[in-house]
Amino acid sequence: MAFLENLINGISLGSIYAVIALGYTLVYGIAKMLNFAHGDVIMVGGYVVFNAIVKANLNPWLSVLLAVVACTVLGITIEKVAYKPLRKATSLSVLITAIGVSYFLQNMALLVFGEKPVTFTSVISIPKISLFDGKVVIKGETTAAIIASVIIVVGLSLFVNHTQKGRAMLAVSEDKDAAQLMGINVNSTISLTFAIGSGLAAIAGVLLCSSYPILSNTTGAMPGIKAFVAAVLGGIGSIPGAMIGGIAIGIIEILGRAYISPQLADAIVFAVLILVLMIKPTGILGKKVNEKV
Amino acid sequence: MKKKINPMTRKSFVTYGMLLIVFIAVEIMLNTGNISSMLQGLLVPICVYAILAVSLNLTVGILGELSLGQAGFMCIGAYSSAIFSNLVKDSITQPFIRFPIAIIIGGLCAALFGIIIGIPVLRLRGDYLAIVTLAFGEIIKNVFAALYIGYDSAGLHISLKSQGDLGLGADGKMMINGALGISGTPNDSTFEIAAAILFITLIIAYNFVNSRTGRAVMSIRDNRIAAESVGINITKYKLITFGLTAFLAGVAGVLYSHNFYSLQASKFDYNMSILVLVFVVLGGIGSIRGSVIAAAVLTMLPEFLRSVNKYRMLMYAVVLIVMMICTSNETIRNFFVRNFEKLKGLIIKNKSKTVKEAE
Repeated sequence: MAFLENLINGISLGSIYAVIALGYTLVYGIAKMLNFAHGDVIMVGGYVVFNAIVKANLNPWLSVLLAVVACTVLGITIEKVAYKPLRKATSLSVLITAIGVSYFLQNMALLVFGEKPVTFTSVISIPKISLFDGKVVIKGETTAAIIASVIIVVGLSLFVNHTQKGRAMLAVSEDKDAAQLMGINVNSTISLTFAIGSGLAAIAGVLLCSSYPILSNTTGAMPGIKAFVAAVLGGIGSIPGAMIGGIAIGIIEILGRAYISPQLADAIVFAVLILVLMIKPTGILGKKVNEKV
Repeated sequence: MKKKINPMTRKSFVTYGMLLIVFIAVEIMLNTGNISSMLQGLLVPICVYAILAVSLNLTVGILGELSLGQAGFMCIGAYSSAIFSNLVKDSITQPFIRFPIAIIIGGLCAALFGIIIGIPVLRLRGDYLAIVTLAFGEIIKNVFAALYIGYDSAGLHISLKSQGDLGLGADGKMMINGALGISGTPNDSTFEIAAAILFITLIIAYNFVNSRTGRAVMSIRDNRIAAESVGINITKYKLITFGLTAFLAGVAGVLYSHNFYSLQASKFDYNMSILVLVFVVLGGIGSIRGSVIAAAVLTMLPEFLRSVNKYRMLMYAVVLIVMMICTSNETIRNFFVRNFEKLKGLIIKNKSKTVKEAE
């Protein structure tokens, strides 16, 4: 029974990773860059909800909406200020800038929201589910995380494959120059991608902080990196891949924590990354891209 | 006819000369007592960071790949040498004999790990390589923080759980105590030794850049496919660079661990790797002298300007973003080139790189 409970917790954590991984996968697919700051947008989302509920006494739903709007604006701003000037630069420059943005958000949060970690009160009001006469208890947060991630993955797949904007995103990810020649506004498409990714990060932040309620300026960093591992495992650029990878990483982490060593859970997740990149660098659902000379 | 000096040689000798002058000045200050205890405490860390920055610059500037595992290699060097020094500190009492051996052990252990991790990982490039080195650094940190090693008359005991789990005998001694790390390391790092090692590091780095190997590595950076097509063995040269970077980072770790009585793995976190990256970026990617200067200035700055200490990390972040945008965005860079002729030399280095990239 303990195993089943761990498995469910793993799926729950994995669903949150999946939502974060979607942000990575979208941005990586379209802007061809690793947005290191994505994890820290999660943290900002968490703080917005926390302050909206505790300081401004807003209704939880309204606070979540506020966080989504704030993170979307933040994502677009980051893209315009830091990444857009570097569209033609080497990937090394872009990567260093992204690390800079991530570091900037973390330390800005330290100054703005204070050094002391805060305790986040869950915004989720779904009742607990008891199975097998109460031997296995599924918390409301778990249910919410799983449902939310499924809705997001299905919704995003529909958006990308069946709307004009979504297909523009696919085209830009395929070939930026050709897309531009076909009349697609590449800059606004990239901004839209960052907006969607950051909005999802806000939702992921709410889910993450509801399940793991300690919120500090580095809350987003580790889940961010692990979600990137999930995106790589599932195949970068693939939306269902992010879901599969996220859940796999969540299960690996929770089972590793329970049965191997609590201190080594992170190390195990990273070892998975190294293994995936050695054996199948394109991930489970990724496409192989041939390099042009 | 006057013999022309190779510009690279001149550059390196200017750097050696600068370092020598600073070293003599600091020595005079130390001997006449004209130095604050605060600055005195920073002397070894400055050398450590300078070595780290130079070593990372070999990977970032010469190879053109980003490694975020610098702290991990440093951690290996620090731990392996601290264990060695703790084991022999009663039998070899002379630090002149003990410390050089510790440095070589620390450097070689780090280089060994660098090569082991490098063989599978260096097939990757760019973002993937960066994230894998970051992951590797985190693994090292986590494993060392969860490791308990002790020994008694029955031999070596290793556990990943707790000190009690080791089951040491009455005569047992702890070597690594989990998250508490290693304590009792002899304080062998002096400023003179650290400065000497920094000097040797610079000689290694300049000679590496200026060698056949260094040129091969730079050709990989500038155009990997062209380099491969003229028969340059990419994996080999990448591995050499990566191993050298790891070796030097390990040596820096040795200096670091022998500067403090106790050592915890948590010190070697992601922030440490980022800090070193900030030194490299501010000093100029590819500029070895710049790395040393940036490391020294940024390490001293917060001590002199206490009021900015709160904003130190924020400043580092801004340095990374602004430096990258100013050197990599064509419009902004051209603005600088037009308006600041003096800065030209500094900026053109990057320009030639991006222009090629754009083609």
